[in-house]
Amino acid sequence: MNFLRIKSQAAVKRELIPDIAPEKLSAETALMCNEGKRIVSLFGSREDAGVRVYSVLADDEASSLYVSSALVKEGGTYPSITSRLFSAQLFEREIHEEFGIIPEGHPWLKPVRYPGHAADKNLKMEEYPFFIMEGNQVHEVAVGPVHAGVIEPGHFRFMCTGEKVHHLEIQLGYQHRGVEKLMKEKDSVFLSESTAGDTVIGHSLAYCRAKEALSGTEVSDSAEAVRAVMLELERAGVHLGDLSALAGDIAYLPGNAVFGAIRTMIINTSLAICGSRFGRGIIRPGGVVFGIDGDLQEQVNNTLDEYEKKIDLTCSVMFEASSVLSRMQTTGVVDKKTAEEIGMTGMAARASGYEVDCRADHPFGAYTHVPVYKRGMKNGDVFARAYLRYVEIKQSFKLIRELMDYNRNINLMADMKPQQPSMFVVSLTEGWRGEISHCVMTDKEGKIERYKIKDPSFNNWPALALAVRGNGISDFPLCNKSFNLSYCGFDL
Amino acid sequence: MFGIIKVRIMQGDQAIPDVKKAVLNPAFRGFPVISPGCGRLSFDADKICPTGALKNDPVSIDMGKCVFCGECGRACKNAEIEMSYCHHISADSREKLIIKPGDKYLEFEDAAVMARAEIKRLFGRSLKLRQVSAGGCNGCEMELNACTNVNFDMGRFGIDFVASPRHADGIVITGPVTKNMAPALEDTYKAIASPKIIIAAGTCAISGGIFKDSEELDRSFFDRHKVDLYVPGCQVHPLTFVNGVLRFLGHK
Repeated sequence: MNFLRIKSQAAVKRELIPDIAPEKLSAETALMCNEGKRIVSLFGSREDAGVRVYSVLADDEASSLYVSSALVKEGGTYPSITSRLFSAQLFEREIHEEFGIIPEGHPWLKPVRYPGHAADKNLKMEEYPFFIMEGNQVHEVAVGPVHAGVIEPGHFRFMCTGEKVHHLEIQLGYQHRGVEKLMKEKDSVFLSESTAGDTVIGHSLAYCRAKEALSGTEVSDSAEAVRAVMLELERAGVHLGDLSALAGDIAYLPGNAVFGAIRTMIINTSLAICGSRFGRGIIRPGGVVFGIDGDLQEQVNNTLDEYEKKIDLTCSVMFEASSVLSRMQTTGVVDKKTAEEIGMTGMAARASGYEVDCRADHPFGAYTHVPVYKRGMKNGDVFARAYLRYVEIKQSFKLIRELMDYNRNINLMADMKPQQPSMFVVSLTEGWRGEISHCVMTDKEGKIERYKIKDPSFNNWPALALAVRGNGISDFPLCNKSFNLSYCGFDL
Repeated sequence: MFGIIKVRIMQGDQAIPDVKKAVLNPAFRGFPVISPGCGRLSFDADKICPTGALKNDPVSIDMGKCVFCGECGRACKNAEIEMSYCHHISADSREKLIIKPGDKYLEFEDAAVMARAEIKRLFGRSLKLRQVSAGGCNGCEMELNACTNVNFDMGRFGIDFVASPRHADGIVITGPVTKNMAPALEDTYKAIASPKIIIAAGTCAISGGIFKDSEELDRSFFDRHKVDLYVPGCQVHPLTFVNGVLRFLGHK
């Protein structure tokens, strides 16, 4: 195979990345994935002679990544990967939209985040080419971009007979802010913090570890421990908020109120550490700005002890209530085969029995000292995604206690060395939603030439569309919340 | 049944008793204090400040552009700038958000939001708001949601978020306003019956924040319509929002 074997968060010289023919890249990517590897990222980068397509694959069992590339000339075509490997479909649509090159044999090059593709400025957001289901009994329900709740915008279109959903089309792109382009111009940790406001730690950590790899800067164990503590606090905080919202969606008000209040205490712990409830301002290239000293460490441990008991009690009551189970069980099912086929990631994938977790598969930072055992469920329904959140909150609390042993509160910030020229790095992080990948390339002067972000929402939006098929339309909010996907993380 | 009663007893009363007097953890970064007579900074403001909120010579910090990262405070050799944990930082005009050397928090707080008799009469006892995220990263959105939870509970003052603009008295905008979202924002605003108010929540909404130079933005909404209340923050703290709105409505 014409792929270079690399590791996550280890920079390599760009000249080492194989340059093969486009048809070879397609065939080999599909072949390797059919043999058990999976796509981490597929993206394009503009060069003088055309568009270079990069294929980054993961071999989770061997903790390795594989990368290769092919040059497609401006406006040219190449045989699509999607025709052989379904999980490539959204990546290839994205490449087509950004650069105009055509993956031949792709079933439907629908827009991803622009109206039409980027070169066609005349199309409007309203002119999205929705799939249309015909028939006397079929009716459509259109929702958005502005939703009923205080959430981000996106357009959902349901094709139903009566109450039953046959197909859901999800149109995104309303949140597109041009993050990747800005990243190239500004190269700023603040952009990574605002890539997705619910995954501040996840994205800023991926950014910083990429920068550290590109410059060969070593970060102290203490700083890595604090980073991992923050990542787990973020996971626990968001999961608690989701449990609260899920309980609210089925009108189980005790759960809604109690988890809401517990979440406040967990994110206020974040505030006590770094001054921001969502972890802004702590993770910086070279280390962390704030440490967790003795008193604060005790405060964190006490908070976890106190609230873990409350979470246990509330979950034991909630997950035994028949009114809760009847709404959650067998609702919004994604089976394991589908999860693998569409390339799901993170907590939602693990709830379907597809166990991928970067913290275990590609350990980074403090996770090399404190191992993470993968947690999963089998059913892939709303219940599995809700219950797995509870399991993961407990796991995060346990990890935080273990990580504290590596926190000596010394050498928290290392001086950054200059960024090396002509390098390539893939930085993987397991955010609360799943695998975050930042692929970064530097130019001849060591400046950023291409910054490619993939939020786990990119993998999981298609899963939501499949999960609601055959369900009652009134179960949609519940299904949606059980995934809780990011709009801005997808739209970038 | 008994389980739920047990949970209910454990939960107790979670609401913050007096949101106006609530004090935040000292780690919070809020109102920036610039020492009186601070003429020039010892560092390059443009290199330290990610959004251009910090100006040198004369020194000032624009809270409408500030992302409250605290980098300037750390760059100061003689503590010319300190981020206090004071969080009543909403204002009714853009100019008031610009903090100069020697400005005091209590004086700022007193003058920042002037209650208008008309607003108090119309919305003082009930204000229903429609929120529109226009490129917001979900940080401010989650904090606005938190305003309605059992801790902050702004529903007790008759302030709520509603599902339809037709039911709303005003709009709360978050995010830097993307091109793709600009028409929907305008439509939502138009659908609200007059008289109506506009609240810009978060640094992105107020000035574009960290995204201000992106070509994917269309901020012309703010050229056409006047904002009634600015709520700074990155992300906005629920208490900043609730207290800002309460002042705006004339609550003492």
